[in-house]
Amino acid sequence: MNLSRLGLHDLHQSLGGKMVPFAGYEMPVQYPTGVMKEHLHTRTAAGLFDVSHMGQIILRPRDTMQELALAFESLMPVDVAGLAEGRQRYGLLTNDTGGILDDLMFANRGDHLFVVVNAACKAADLAHLADHLAGVAEVEPLDRALLALQGPQAETALARVVPGVAAMRFMDVGIFGDLWVSRSGYTGEDGFEISLPQSKAEALARALLDMPEVLPIGLGARDSLRLEAGLCLYGHDITDRTSPVEAGLTWAIPKVRRAGGERAGGFAGEARILHELAEGPERRRVGLRPDGRAPMREGTALFDENGTPLGEVTSGGFGPSVGAPIAMGYVAAGHATPGTTIEGDVRGKRLPATICPLPFHPTTYKR
Amino acid sequence: MKYTKDHEWLRVEGDLIVVGITEHAATQLGDVVFVELPEIETMVTAGDEVVVIESVKAASDILAPVDGEIVAVNDLLSDSPGLVNEDPTGAAWFFKVKVDDLSVLDDFMDEDEYAEMIE
Repeated sequence: MNLSRLGLHDLHQSLGGKMVPFAGYEMPVQYPTGVMKEHLHTRTAAGLFDVSHMGQIILRPRDTMQELALAFESLMPVDVAGLAEGRQRYGLLTNDTGGILDDLMFANRGDHLFVVVNAACKAADLAHLADHLAGVAEVEPLDRALLALQGPQAETALARVVPGVAAMRFMDVGIFGDLWVSRSGYTGEDGFEISLPQSKAEALARALLDMPEVLPIGLGARDSLRLEAGLCLYGHDITDRTSPVEAGLTWAIPKVRRAGGERAGGFAGEARILHELAEGPERRRVGLRPDGRAPMREGTALFDENGTPLGEVTSGGFGPSVGAPIAMGYVAAGHATPGTTIEGDVRGKRLPATICPLPFHPTTYKR
Repeated sequence: MKYTKDHEWLRVEGDLIVVGITEHAATQLGDVVFVELPEIETMVTAGDEVVVIESVKAASDILAPVDGEIVAVNDLLSDSPGLVNEDPTGAAWFFKVKVDDLSVLDDFMDEDEYAEMIE
């Protein structure tokens, strides 16, 4: 398989990044700092992530934004039409059986929507959007870099280069010259995602990395940070077979799209999703704390105390800020209450774990 | 000290062989967060999976380098798995194995040969 290279490939190599294949790209999994310290640095100072592999798409209405918003709402059980200009929201593309095709961020930028999707899904998403929105919008994939600056000192660092960002709140989006900035991220920390032309990415990355607060952070720490924050990884914690309700993403489905709402239903997978909202799903995504020190990795089979299968781990590892192994997975709904003790099969041994609330580490978004 | 192609070091201590992993292996693994040690008095055959090491990235197995009996394990690693990164060739030994004949060590690489292999 031919791997694509990031625009900042040479920079990652010069920083000592260990490059691995991910979603069709050569990506830095860690730098010489190491996953553990990169993780902890992001929680205490600021970490710079190159997430240029992600898909960036503009949806430009052929006629009105309202018409585009309503068409987009037929693909997602979320509120697009009610999103104010300058704001971003989390969305989920669903299929006809209520599974999740991808999760994404979309922003209202006045005369168009700006959408960021997962790298592994971008080709399929583009086809899906073109297929369903062709009548109401132009679907324009962009070749831009995407940097994320995350952590409690992200604002201080980025504001030296772009003073305007300090006034932004969580999920605000703003345009600062060539930089399209959102106050959001994938770590549970305050921080920003910055879309910019490929030609300007290296200069901004170097300017940020020159600051004492900022270290480059690889995919390894990105994964442990998002897991501690209880955030789903597409293809693992959510797939085309898991529904938003099972996944505990009902906070993304507002009243207006639910039964009795002004724009109730009318989205792909409506039958299953509305049914599960009313009756409860058969299984639920939960947080898990293994009782010992052994991590329960993805694929670990889960059982109740009598040995009855309950489900499996979808993401698991060690939480550097938690200081213990943590995992997320799906269990039968009757066993999803925090405090419930279950067992995971780790290399043939049944080890106890306790269902716990998500996130594992408190989030610090600037609301 | 002798070395295996699986990046273990082997050190003779009386009639026992002490086994650990090399600095190179520890660096490749990344931050170690969990070590599962074998039971004492286990009889092992060369190639058996005897230790599980979990790093922040993944789980790896340590294989028994020789046939013999596990007579001691380093319980420190259960509470302080990070020792594997801090002192892989010293404090972070994994287990001691009793063998019939120490001449089995002749089959393994010396330091120069190992250094050449990881180049």
